[in-house]
Amino acid sequence: MWDYTDKVMEHFHNPRNQGKITEKQEGEEIVTGEVGSIACGDALKLHLKIDEDTQTIKDATFQTFGCASAIASSSALTELLKGRNVEDALKLTNKEIAESLGGLPEEKMHCSVMGQEALEAAIYSYKGIPLDTHEEDEGNLICRCFGVSDTKIRRIIRENNLNTAEQVTNYVKAGGGCSSCLPDIDDLIYEVTLEKEKSVEVAAAIATASQPAPSPTAKSLTNLQKITLIQRVIDEEIRPILAEDGGDMELFDVEGDIVKVVLKGACSGCASSTETLKLAIEATLKDRVLPSLIVESV
Amino acid sequence: MNDCIYLDNNATTKIDDDVLAAMLPYLSIYYGNPSSMHTFGGQVGRAVRQARSQVASLLGAEDSEIIFTSCGTEGDNAAILAALKAQPKRKHIITTEVEHPAILNLCRKLERDGYTVTYLSVNEQGQLDLDELEASLTGNTAVVSVMYANNETGVIFPIEQIGQIVKEYGALFHVDAVQAVGKIPLDMKTSTIDMLTLSGHKIHAPKGIGALYVRKGVRFRPLLVGGHQERGRRGGTENVAGIVALGEAAKLAEQHLAGVAWEQQLRDKLERGILSSIPNTVINGDPVNRLPNTTNIGFKYIEGEAILLSLDQYDICASSGSACTSGSLEPSHVLRALGLPYSVLHGSIRFSLSRYTTEAEIDRVLEVLPSIINRLRELSPFNSDDADWLKEQEEAVLAR
Repeated sequence: MWDYTDKVMEHFHNPRNQGKITEKQEGEEIVTGEVGSIACGDALKLHLKIDEDTQTIKDATFQTFGCASAIASSSALTELLKGRNVEDALKLTNKEIAESLGGLPEEKMHCSVMGQEALEAAIYSYKGIPLDTHEEDEGNLICRCFGVSDTKIRRIIRENNLNTAEQVTNYVKAGGGCSSCLPDIDDLIYEVTLEKEKSVEVAAAIATASQPAPSPTAKSLTNLQKITLIQRVIDEEIRPILAEDGGDMELFDVEGDIVKVVLKGACSGCASSTETLKLAIEATLKDRVLPSLIVESV
Repeated sequence: MNDCIYLDNNATTKIDDDVLAAMLPYLSIYYGNPSSMHTFGGQVGRAVRQARSQVASLLGAEDSEIIFTSCGTEGDNAAILAALKAQPKRKHIITTEVEHPAILNLCRKLERDGYTVTYLSVNEQGQLDLDELEASLTGNTAVVSVMYANNETGVIFPIEQIGQIVKEYGALFHVDAVQAVGKIPLDMKTSTIDMLTLSGHKIHAPKGIGALYVRKGVRFRPLLVGGHQERGRRGGTENVAGIVALGEAAKLAEQHLAGVAWEQQLRDKLERGILSSIPNTVINGDPVNRLPNTTNIGFKYIEGEAILLSLDQYDICASSGSACTSGSLEPSHVLRALGLPYSVLHGSIRFSLSRYTTEAEIDRVLEVLPSIINRLRELSPFNSDDADWLKEQEEAVLAR
């Protein structure tokens, strides 16, 4: 028997916001995100009513085929979504869904992932972005039994800091069928771990390479001087270090204190390394140019 | 929790009060070793002999044909491995897709060790095709291992017909009868079975005791090599209390089998009640050749774990072959082997009764089940409105 929290059982026995949304006012749109299938053993249809003016989720309901934790995760998700801004909602992770239920048994984490995916599907549909152009589907199919791509597996490994193939199975089911892809999943874990270590190393190298220099004060810099100085620090101090590991970056724009950069090569496409690198670049620029600078990767 | 409505007797059973009473002295007063030369140990040896006779009697076997084991898994492993050791030139095994993991996983291991294994398929009723069996048999076949009755569906295989075919090819015939023993009458005297596995905890004895029947004259090699216990066929000091319990349980089972088929009446009432009050519900497996205590029912469009946890609120214990209950992410290999549609597969529930099941308990299940199923169906995105979409999904899966 699974060790469900009281909260999971409470949501299972008394689910919130079940059913479809049928009525809408002028200026509201109803969208649906569908994930899973009858073959997988769980499926979720998430319905959102969005106020087009404020981009706010006015109502969220669900229909779920699945076990107690799938029903509870769906119910909890709808509670988390009501009143949220669409962009803000898109940032919701499966971890937050699980946490709102006081946690899920590790083997049931895929139920929270299903919630997050349905949410993404609903919002993509609202924005008119076809789901099949979504980056995940461009990846290679790793798990044939459950149709899981390497992109999705990499993402789940990064976002949840997973270390074993068994955990990956618990989160996205990959490897849970014929289990022939377990060695491939092990390889992906190894690659993501390497990426992470690499990005930490690179960040450390950037930090130590920054030579102490007289820090100019904000007042003494014109906008042009600021941009020129940022460009110079990037070109002379940051890019050479990135280049050693096959990475690169480019200054995209500067708006006030916001420095927009584009990460390239080995630096791109990895959420956790992006975050680590961004912080390292920011620390260098704060030190060398202006303490108030904030780096954003675009 | 003791007052639960226990309809999960194919998983395990409650220890009969008489069985417990019979075994307890062997955990306290009579702690002697049955192999000892003194009177104190000797009286324990007598208890073991009596238990052996009781088990033999239930099977229509001779006392010397019974080997006590620790569980069904041990019996299955010992039988298959003995059959292979006894015929070293034969490297082929035949079994079925719906066996217990004790057989299936052993066979997969043996495949890695160089043996060839044929897994016979079953039809949508869960029945074997005897022509497929015959076509698979060769002079290289060492053993055919087929379960008597399936643990999930209760479907009974035509064991004697199978045995007749197996004998023509000179292979040994092993039967895992863990689910059949105590539920239907068996008679080894008129049977073609060479070896048969049974387990105590499925017939109201405790866990940790089982037995393997080995027909007189069949070459047997022990799995556990050690002392002279069980006439050298299973080393290790006897689990005396467990053996005494199994003997008593066998005696009670034999008495029960001679009486009225009480479980079957209740099982049929349960089935009729469910089918008449809950739409989109099907019985899985051969409805005729089936254990009298078992029913496996598919509730379309909903998932088994959710049904079980809802039943649990009313202290009703059942089980499911759904993916979510197993932790394996895939639904039961047995129900998949039947080729059931996914809409049925994930929502299948097994109710297995025992001689302790009462009519009031069945009535209670029939009282609460319709609203449980209805509530979960209202939550589900799959329902009769979506029948076309559902059919498309299932067809897409089948085409894959």
